[in-house]
Amino acid sequence: MKEKLYRAGDIFSRSVGLILFFILWEAAPRLGWVRSTYLAPPSRVFGALWLLALRGELARHALISLRRVMLGLLVSVAVGVVLGLFIGYFRRIDRILDLLFQAFRQMSAFALFPVFILLFGLGELSKTIIIFWASLWPVLLNTSSGVKNVDPVLIRSAKSMGASKAFIFINIIIPAAAPEIFTGIRLGGSYCVMAVVAAEMIGASSGLGYLVLYSEETFNVPEMYGGIVGLAILGIGLNWILHRAEKYFTSWKEV
Amino acid sequence: MAKIQARGVNREFQIRNTLGRKERLKVLEGFDLDINEGEFLSLLGPSGCGKSTFLSILAGLDKYDGGDILVDGRQLQERSFSRGIVFQSYALLPWRTVIKNLEVGLEIRHIPKHERRRTARQYLELVGLAAFENQYPHQLSGGMKQRIAIARVLAYQPDLLLMDEPFAALDAQTRENLQIELLRIWETDKKTIVFVTHSIDEAILMSDRVAFMSARPGHIKEIIEIDLPRPRTEDIRNSAEFAKIRKNLWGMLQDEVLKVQSYGGYL
Repeated sequence: MKEKLYRAGDIFSRSVGLILFFILWEAAPRLGWVRSTYLAPPSRVFGALWLLALRGELARHALISLRRVMLGLLVSVAVGVVLGLFIGYFRRIDRILDLLFQAFRQMSAFALFPVFILLFGLGELSKTIIIFWASLWPVLLNTSSGVKNVDPVLIRSAKSMGASKAFIFINIIIPAAAPEIFTGIRLGGSYCVMAVVAAEMIGASSGLGYLVLYSEETFNVPEMYGGIVGLAILGIGLNWILHRAEKYFTSWKEV
Repeated sequence: MAKIQARGVNREFQIRNTLGRKERLKVLEGFDLDINEGEFLSLLGPSGCGKSTFLSILAGLDKYDGGDILVDGRQLQERSFSRGIVFQSYALLPWRTVIKNLEVGLEIRHIPKHERRRTARQYLELVGLAAFENQYPHQLSGGMKQRIAIARVLAYQPDLLLMDEPFAALDAQTRENLQIELLRIWETDKKTIVFVTHSIDEAILMSDRVAFMSARPGHIKEIIEIDLPRPRTEDIRNSAEFAKIRKNLWGMLQDEVLKVQSYGGYL
């Protein structure tokens, strides 16, 4: 009983900021601090969200966004981890490519979106590519840095026992680099959610990003904020899933 | 025939000096040493004398530039299943439980799973940590970690044990316990041990012979037989014989340390 109370208190104290924010948000348009045509109070936003959900539109847009995010993230994890392991393992290749990759990492996916549209058209392909580009670099660079940072004494120890290079790579280097790889994947995941919005605002007819832009254009302000809230929930949900996966695979780490 | 014969071994590294120029650093020069089957031999010398470098070479982790090293009469192999090394920093895999850490060497040798587990348990018992098999290394103290590292090496039964200042990072009490424990384990099967240390007391307590190295470029300056009776216990430190050997070694070490200082240190 005491423990339950304690946990409830803990959840409450962590939510204070959020609750205060919603109160302020509700008050601002109602008390006339901001014009309610521009800022809909959360009560109306959640009402709009509820109607969207009833019409099945919320699920449709959210699932499409989620699918785009997952596809982009999956490809960038596959490419980024494999390439990152390879680059981190071969120091010479890393030396050659490091500066180039650092430059690519700084290059905004949004700035490149017109280029992707030119090259790949307005369809799903260029949307997947912008999401892929946004999340590839943190995955790749964290993976290669994880490989480079493996404690050399672990490798020396395995080598002294007569381990082959393949054994060392699979049983020492990959597990030792796993925590950094997961940091990269989580970072990549949140970049994906940002990139999907941009992708859905240009030449799209579905997705939460489209919903936000379309509602703004048709002056359905509560629905617009509903889309934004939906995107926030998508991001939080994805981060939660990735966090759980990370904890599962690196449960050995000391806390 | 000696188990290990090192003849005129040289090793030099290229380093950059304080001015950024490339410079050759001779770590070992004309290093000669015979190590007998089943003996406990310590390499003792001032810091930077190359004792760890020689151990790395024996472990197949470092190359040498000249001379010959024979193991059982054959050229030293870079990859081998017959030697094991214990590092000062334990080198346990943090993502594996204790028992799975003990199994690493057995996995490398493709020993079947059930046999791996049985052997690992047996050696875990030998070092008195059977109750900790499912713990992770970060949950253990330094002394326990080093016990696990020793058990891991013993579990795959190498015939040459290399130890690179294995107890240097431990507190005094734990160090003394582990010294006696290692002696107890060694007495049961008398594997050849090459033990690097910079502690004179440790070298005397443990060894059959102490190979004393000069300051860099390192070579064997003198070999001292330790005739103290076995099995040895803590009490032997208080014997007159022990004190005599210690005094003798102290003098030698002092000379080498002074030599290093008159060079203006190293690196």
